Amino acid sequence: MSLRVENLTVYYQTLHGDVRALESADFAIEDGEIMGLAGESGCGKTTLGNSLIRLTPPMKYIQGKVELDGEKLPIWDMEKMNAFRYKEISIIPQYAMSALNPTRKIGKMVSELLESRKVETKTIMPELKRRLDLVELSREVLGLYPIELSGGMKQRMVMVLSTLLDPSLLIADEITSALDVSTQKAVAEMLVEFRDREFVKSMIVITHDISILYQIADSIMVMYAGQLAEKASTDVIMSSPKHPYTKLLISSLPKIGVKYAEQKLAGIPGKPPLLLDPPTGCRFRERCALAFEKCVQDPPFLEVEEDHYVACWEVFEKHA
Amino acid sequence: MLKLENVSKVYKVGTFGGKELCAVNDVSFEIGNGEVVSLIGESGSGKSTIGKMILRLLPETAGVITADGVDISTLEGAKLKDYYRNVQGVFQDPFSSYNPIFKADRIFRIVREEFFPQVGDAEWTVKLHKALEDVGLNPKHILNKYPHQLSGGQLQRLLIARALLLDIQFLVADEIISMLDASTRIDVLNLLADLKSRGLSILFITHDLSLAYYISERAVILYRGCIVEMGATEKVYHNPLHPYTQMLMASVPRLDKKWEEVKVDLKEKYTEITKGCVYYDRCSIAEKDEACTSERPALLEVEPDHFVACCKL
Amino acid sequence: MATHNLKPQTEKAPKKKNEFLYFALRNKKLQIGLVIVLLFLLLALIGPVLAKNEPFAYANPQGAQPPSSEYWLGTTFFGQDVFSQFVHGLRATFLVGVLGGGIGTFIGILVGFTAGYRGGIVDEALNVLTNIVVVIPTLAVLLIIAAYLEVRSVFTESIFIALTAWPWTARAIRAQTFSLRTREFVDLAKMSGMKSRKIIFGEIAPNMMSYLVMAFILQFGGAILNAATLDFIGLGPTNAISLGLMMQISILWGALQFGSWWWFIPPGLAITAIVGSLYIMNVGLDEIFNPKLREM
Repeated sequence: MSLRVENLTVYYQTLHGDVRALESADFAIEDGEIMGLAGESGCGKTTLGNSLIRLTPPMKYIQGKVELDGEKLPIWDMEKMNAFRYKEISIIPQYAMSALNPTRKIGKMVSELLESRKVETKTIMPELKRRLDLVELSREVLGLYPIELSGGMKQRMVMVLSTLLDPSLLIADEITSALDVSTQKAVAEMLVEFRDREFVKSMIVITHDISILYQIADSIMVMYAGQLAEKASTDVIMSSPKHPYTKLLISSLPKIGVKYAEQKLAGIPGKPPLLLDPPTGCRFRERCALAFEKCVQDPPFLEVEEDHYVACWEVFEKHA
Repeated sequence: MLKLENVSKVYKVGTFGGKELCAVNDVSFEIGNGEVVSLIGESGSGKSTIGKMILRLLPETAGVITADGVDISTLEGAKLKDYYRNVQGVFQDPFSSYNPIFKADRIFRIVREEFFPQVGDAEWTVKLHKALEDVGLNPKHILNKYPHQLSGGQLQRLLIARALLLDIQFLVADEIISMLDASTRIDVLNLLADLKSRGLSILFITHDLSLAYYISERAVILYRGCIVEMGATEKVYHNPLHPYTQMLMASVPRLDKKWEEVKVDLKEKYTEITKGCVYYDRCSIAEKDEACTSERPALLEVEPDHFVACCKL
Repeated sequence: MATHNLKPQTEKAPKKKNEFLYFALRNKKLQIGLVIVLLFLLLALIGPVLAKNEPFAYANPQGAQPPSSEYWLGTTFFGQDVFSQFVHGLRATFLVGVLGGGIGTFIGILVGFTAGYRGGIVDEALNVLTNIVVVIPTLAVLLIIAAYLEVRSVFTESIFIALTAWPWTARAIRAQTFSLRTREFVDLAKMSGMKSRKIIFGEIAPNMMSYLVMAFILQFGGAILNAATLDFIGLGPTNAISLGLMMQISILWGALQFGSWWWFIPPGLAITAIVGSLYIMNVGLDEIFNPKLREM
């Protein structure tokens, strides 16, 4: 599978004007790649994830091209996307586990979902049961109500459901945030296992928790204020980030073994710009110590080293 | 300065209140002056309940909480107000802590009306500005704004400033970082550490182990309402003895090394534990036996300032 | 590759305070409902001044007559001016609505807030009280009371209505208070040493302003309907005219058989229009106050 996104721009319509939530996103994901999408709240990562599969109002498609396995995805057309949704591209939305209908037994919900996608429940049931075993959910879970399941169980159920038809691309939006530490590890490792067993070819794992990405992602893409900042393999991002924002972000993360008394970590002064009327060019320039005149122009997302993309004029200067 | 002795909190649940839910089970520990103690636990561990009991927002079912030797459950009226001059709390959701229809700085006005009615306007403004600067906020950007016009980090810092106005000695910080962005988290954490160096005691309630390590001298690990391990932070982190603590340390996603191939036993739905060790169901120790289910293990000191509650050690 | 037009940044966005007004002025349901109610209110206020005859005066010796230029809404069986009765009746109706609805809301608020905030045994006791009042067969009690009171005024009617209608408001407010009192800003207020009463009226009630307004409007409409019902079965005020009374008397004196539509249709229509408009206003208000229901 391969995903190519070119110049994707999506805004939100609000009473006060258009919120420029995603600006000119340009990236690619290869077969078998688990890409982590990291960034702070409001950076546009959920917008990016949602726009690939479910571009509903108040989101507004402005421009851009998305190609999945060489085929153009009509993301602006909700009806045409029906053919792709759940079969080629699937999503585990944020708060999915709290969105289970409390009055429906799990099994009923599953069959309703499959029928709405024109899939015969009977034919797929053996596979469903096999997958439940894989994620260590007992088959009785199909006869329970959501309230009888723990958070981890619900999350695993949702994971099985979203990948039942073996989509090429899975988008997992903050699926570990509300879980306990132990369940987080199990769920994250399950994601990797799904990829290893080829239930899913590639994944976009959206989260603000970079430590989880360090554990399971092959590559990490960092976003800031609606723009892509940097993308590289996990090891490279953690050990030698190039974008000023990425550098500050990585260095502000507390690690076990680091105490305040010995090594005081620094945050990033200031706050992200409001996307209703963001600054022109690089949106990080107002907080960036290295900003110079060229930064008022939009920096393109370029490959400065092999498989290492950055959008920063200062970095381009260094590599020029 | 603050001491909990055999504190328990039991709720009556089920139809007609037949069953009992033990949220906090016989917990004892203390926090000294100028000390930061982390209360670490996952959901359902009872850590927030302990915080609320210390803040007198919930009554304890059993046990005693004393502040400088005084049993806080006996405080009423003016004495309770005095208690709040010394002890305050900040909670997890900054947006929920503010009444959305009023401006954010109303919280200061309330403090002034209740605690400093006799202070004049000019003097109050000076006090307020100093408190704001102490938490790293610019009064010009903060005052006269509604909560939705400020960021989560700013709101949390405002709450800390409010606590500072009262010149408190003890702060209960209940998951105050978890809803903040990565770049503001460290600022608020650093602020807390700064305040500690000025003599403030902090009970830092969290589920995030790396944050707790960064800031605290001592750590208390809670599981299902019971303390399973506690002691100096380094000792608990680098030499975890209780199987639960070991599982936690192995499951935390770290930034310096990958997860080990440790199988994690997932928590299924809540099962009632009436006696014996609360961790029995998920315990991976080879030697566990009926002794574990017959009585609750007591907290024993295995090395100086390192206590574990496990009968198999 | 399609490129769609950007929505141009229009004039300055409305500030938070005016946001309600902005939506309020654009909400069709609120507009229509409000206009209708205000029209009737206007009629109730200036109508009696305009009316030439007293409502009970026997003006027309010819008895029931259809509307004419002299008698705008015709006359009753007894030759009374229907228009005069109508506008005076409107006044009584609005009075019952305000008094009955207002007192009912007031009691409901007191009980609801106290039960919701205090919880525990106070809540239990107030719940028992609320449930008893709900279960009481209102009609039977009123019949008994009516038998003892020879003279009933609009005021006493309002009191009865209020005393039987408050439970619904109390329950709703109690539920809302329950959910609000667990919010952290209430905890913060407690930690600031604020007294309970101050917390209820200073922190919780303002948050429920929209709820309280809508509760009052519902009580208002409900009171009018209840009054109309009471009037129609003969338990209405003895010393005044109201729309319900008009309907009762007209049916009693053969308006249906003689086809004197001008006698019973206007009051019935007026009640329906007013109460209906109030409910539509309420739906509109709900949309305004609840951002999720608004259409973009």
